[in-house]
Amino acid sequence: MKKSVFLGALTLAGLAAGTAMAQDSSTLAAVKERGVLKCGVNPGTPGFAAPDANGNFVGFDVDVCRAVAAAVLGDSEAVEYTPLTSAVRFTALASGEVDMLARNTTWTFSRDVDLKNTFVGVNYYDGQGFMVPKDLGVSSAKELGGATVCIETGTTTELNLADYFRVNNMDYEPVPVESFTEAQTQFLAGACDVYTTDASALAASRASFENPEGYVVLPEIISKEPLGPLVRHGDDNWGDIVRWSLNAMIAAEEYGVTSANASELANGTENPEINRLLGVEGELGAMLGLDNAWALNILTQVGNYGESFEKNIGENTPVGLARGLNAQWTEGGLIYSPPFR
Amino acid sequence: MTTATNTPEDQGFRLSQLIYDTRYRSITIQVIAMLAFMLIAAFLIRNTIINLSALGKDINFGFLFNRAAYDINQQIIPYTSDDSHWRATLVGLLNTLLIAFLGCILATVIGVIAGVLRLSKNWLTARIMTFYVESFRNIPVLLWILAFMAVLSEALPAPRAFRGEDPAASMWLWDSVAVTNRGTYIPAPVWGDGSVFVVITFLLSLLGIWAFGKFSQRRFEATGQILPNFWIKLAIFFVPSILVYFVMGGPITLSYPELKGFNFGGGLHMRNSMLALWLALSFYTGSFIAEIVRSGILAISKGQTEAAFALGLRPSRTMNLVILPQALRVIIPPLISQYLNLTKNSSLALAVGYMDLRSTLGGTTLNTTGRELECMLLMMAIYLVVSLLISSGMNVYNKSVRLKER
Repeated sequence: MKKSVFLGALTLAGLAAGTAMAQDSSTLAAVKERGVLKCGVNPGTPGFAAPDANGNFVGFDVDVCRAVAAAVLGDSEAVEYTPLTSAVRFTALASGEVDMLARNTTWTFSRDVDLKNTFVGVNYYDGQGFMVPKDLGVSSAKELGGATVCIETGTTTELNLADYFRVNNMDYEPVPVESFTEAQTQFLAGACDVYTTDASALAASRASFENPEGYVVLPEIISKEPLGPLVRHGDDNWGDIVRWSLNAMIAAEEYGVTSANASELANGTENPEINRLLGVEGELGAMLGLDNAWALNILTQVGNYGESFEKNIGENTPVGLARGLNAQWTEGGLIYSPPFR
Repeated sequence: MTTATNTPEDQGFRLSQLIYDTRYRSITIQVIAMLAFMLIAAFLIRNTIINLSALGKDINFGFLFNRAAYDINQQIIPYTSDDSHWRATLVGLLNTLLIAFLGCILATVIGVIAGVLRLSKNWLTARIMTFYVESFRNIPVLLWILAFMAVLSEALPAPRAFRGEDPAASMWLWDSVAVTNRGTYIPAPVWGDGSVFVVITFLLSLLGIWAFGKFSQRRFEATGQILPNFWIKLAIFFVPSILVYFVMGGPITLSYPELKGFNFGGGLHMRNSMLALWLALSFYTGSFIAEIVRSGILAISKGQTEAAFALGLRPSRTMNLVILPQALRVIIPPLISQYLNLTKNSSLALAVGYMDLRSTLGGTTLNTTGRELECMLLMMAIYLVVSLLISSGMNVYNKSVRLKER
């Protein structure tokens, strides 16, 4: 009996591995043949990835998926979204269940190197923060000694939290929760004093509360959380495509190319960099194995980085995030695309 | 018949006998099945290894000795984020065993009561128990766990409500128990100097109760006199321990929960995640046990009861001496599988954030190290060992109540 259970376990593991082997070695060819991009997203973080009233995923991370679909397939809607919890996202990517992840995932050494992922860039520079109810009368994270903290398990935030309280010599009671919505429920019911996650997600969830004024996000940011899209190791061409799709959005904002004027600028401009970006000059698209209008498709169908930011999480949306670190490098931020040359 | 046993003269072993001779056929089939099974297993293992090496991954359990770096709220043994993943696994395993132990006890109590009451002649009692059994048995246990958790965290007051001049909530039982939406805080014993003597005395009196039971039984068999067993056992249970407690100057005290900072401090904190999981698993498994108990009792023919009554036995003694010893034989084997089910179902703990083995080794450790295969294999091995231990322990008990044929 012992033996049969053990072998049964191996059978399962082998089956899982078998599906991994079955996939095509070239992700690009597989996506083109399938005609649809499989993209792993967050199940529901308003502004970043959440279903709208019609059940279609929208958001800042979702726009990265749409950009890649526009570049590869010429249609930003040809995306099949797979909502993934933080616990299963890397397994889903490694097993080939999704072609890429755009799921506010922090770029860390071990995820990049040990888990065999390739982070292709950063689309949001974030940091971990704390949110508390206003009537708790807390104004700094240093006053949280003894607090009960809701935390999503399996995230880098869980590790940062342990380190932060340890370094500051404070006690706390972690309440592990499995998902973002569960965390909100617990936090609103008062089952925890503090909710901690990336500051952007805190702002997003605060925006969805019935009474956002009753909650404050504390000023301390306790970690660096560069969030970005990623692909699995072993297909560099596919990594390049995702990387330069994101860079195209960033560069377009820098050069003032928007969804409104992209088609017009594609007739040729004075600026050779814009010309190369939009496929008027050079063969950048062909080098990626794509149509030369790949970036033009991204910009006409999805828009540039700034447009996506303002539409989904900018100051005029319920999420209400300022550009801050995520402004272009020319405006004092960290968002920077290598040259299109 | 005689012709069949009249084998033709021995021509030695021929290969066709492997198929056509019933003496060899079963062995042939078994060997072929075994070979096929081993081939499939070898293919799958080889496939796994090749795929893992293609992904650049090896099978390596070294991560277990790295720093875990995450905190666990409920710890039976001391643990900090500086300890290794291995120790975090151990903490999780102990939490699993705790919930399994508490769950099996409560489920048995609930199941026995519900099973007996379902046979009650009182129409209302029997119908209420039927309702309980059918509603719990036919709804997935995960939903019950979530439902219990939702009730505990939404309906109960937050610790904040206990604050202020005119608090919205107050503690129970003379300010000794605080029921909040973060858990229930009860007084906890504080073991002072000399408390070890009280504990030893208590254990000795348990031994004494067992010895007295033996003595009383022998005396009854020899003389036919029945001692007031219950009262004497009760006295042995309490009197020596209490005497020693006062002689040692009251070494065991209670620490009461009180509001400190954000939460209640002091006392014992039973987290809602544990309570929800415990209650849900117990009520769910209890409904199955109720059916097992009912079927066990119904399996004993009514003639047994009537015969016992005819001998002049009172109903309670009829139950204890005639019905239960026979019913237990029917009840124990399916009860073992219910205990195993409860233990395995406890791996749903992550849904309410209870840090069991699945949440530590199969949750945070798996996520932060990315060693899915190793974590899953280790977790399956641990659950397998735990289940086998439970079932072998229960089998020993089963042997002791089994029909002894003389």
